[in-house]
Amino acid sequence: MENNRYGLNKELAQMLKGGVIMDVTTPEQAKIAEAAGACAVMALERIPADIRAAGGVSRMSDPNMIRGIQEAVSIPVMAKARIGHFVEAQILEAIEIDYIDESEVLSPADDVYHIDKTKFKVPFVCGAKDLGEALRRIGEGASMIRTKGEPGTGDIIQAVRHMRKINAEMRRVAALLEDELHDAAKKLEVPYDLLKYVHENGKLPVVNFAAGGIATPADAALMMQLGAEGVFVGSGIFKSGDPQKRAAAIVKAVTNYQNANMLAELSGDLGEAMVGMNEGEIELLMAERGK
Amino acid sequence: MTIGILSVQGAFIEHEKMLDRLGVESIQIRNKADLSKPIHGMILPGGESTVMGKLLHDLDMMETIRQYIRNGLPVFGTRAGTILLAKNIVNSPAVHLGTMDIAVLRNAYGRQLGSFHAVSSFDGETQIPMTFIRAPYIENVGEGVKILSTVNGNIVAAQQDRQLVTSFHPELTGEMAVHQHFLNIVERSMKV
Repeated sequence: MENNRYGLNKELAQMLKGGVIMDVTTPEQAKIAEAAGACAVMALERIPADIRAAGGVSRMSDPNMIRGIQEAVSIPVMAKARIGHFVEAQILEAIEIDYIDESEVLSPADDVYHIDKTKFKVPFVCGAKDLGEALRRIGEGASMIRTKGEPGTGDIIQAVRHMRKINAEMRRVAALLEDELHDAAKKLEVPYDLLKYVHENGKLPVVNFAAGGIATPADAALMMQLGAEGVFVGSGIFKSGDPQKRAAAIVKAVTNYQNANMLAELSGDLGEAMVGMNEGEIELLMAERGK
Repeated sequence: MTIGILSVQGAFIEHEKMLDRLGVESIQIRNKADLSKPIHGMILPGGESTVMGKLLHDLDMMETIRQYIRNGLPVFGTRAGTILLAKNIVNSPAVHLGTMDIAVLRNAYGRQLGSFHAVSSFDGETQIPMTFIRAPYIENVGEGVKILSTVNGNIVAAQQDRQLVTSFHPELTGEMAVHQHFLNIVERSMKV
């Protein structure tokens, strides 16, 4: 059998399912995340809440900083490249990152094209607000999708909206007649074969995680009940009062997301949640970057 | 026959689908209460072994599962499941269930760029496709452990009585031989 990189990369995402991927900025945080049960960590210099607060242009993290985190943990390490910045992606591949997040959290480098992810051996995860974005990113070679949410806000509303929208659109596509698919593909601006996959299977051809604004075990369980296959938690952990305890509680909430008794127990005494900001108070909508 | 699939994290749904295709009932095991349901065998799926090990501990399931295995419950571990069962993890001080006399090397092929597909024989005859994702391999085995498969000289499948492990993922390739092998172990155990 040939060594089909895309297949292997989709399969790595399958192994992450039911897990929590946590943003970390130092090897110490990475160790806390791993000990708390993170299935992977996202190495970045500043967490989204701080990127938002600092303003200015936000770029790929220092490769040496990422290496420090790779050495600190045994779980997969992800890192972010700017949308369309294929050289940042080449650099991340050179340091053998396990997953690249082509992310709207950083300042986009290209307002037309995303990275041609088929040119890379390492896997990519990309954000999507709707089915069109999700299938375009998969068409470009993404082997994992996440909702965009609104990073660094601690407000779950956008992640909920994206997840519901993607799922509703998939249900509609599943209900179409086969001869209606060409027109639907044209309207959604997506590759026909990917739309056909959704029509036949009622799901995306890759794993779909929730991201953006998850701050509590209840938020994580909400996204899982809405159909997410796992969650990314960015600012929600290390911007809270007791990161270790909150991280471990979110991990358990994702495992037992349908068990309200356990969720009640997990949600107690976690200390202060990140303060957050409401959707209406946001000046910069990161989710609008890269469609 | 009912198989319990540990479903705290990882690729458990893939195992569920495999058992479905083989016409075998399965239940998801997510917490301690689930362990009181009657099962005839258990699958520990692929995922992150650190996460599963921690959750088994935090959700107070580790000791119960260990006792089940010691009392003869057939168990099948793929990749992370293999690490959970190993008595010795060469590059980590952690021991999880530790019921099987094997020493495994975690992330033995390096990072994701080291993941690969291969074809090799399983249990002496069948050639089957194998998927290795950030996989471990078994460095050595104790007495009473039968080696079922090797790839490039490394042990990737083994069996000790009713414990079966692979460092690859038959649930991803849709290859039935390994699951069938496990179900045969379960069937024999039910006749005793």
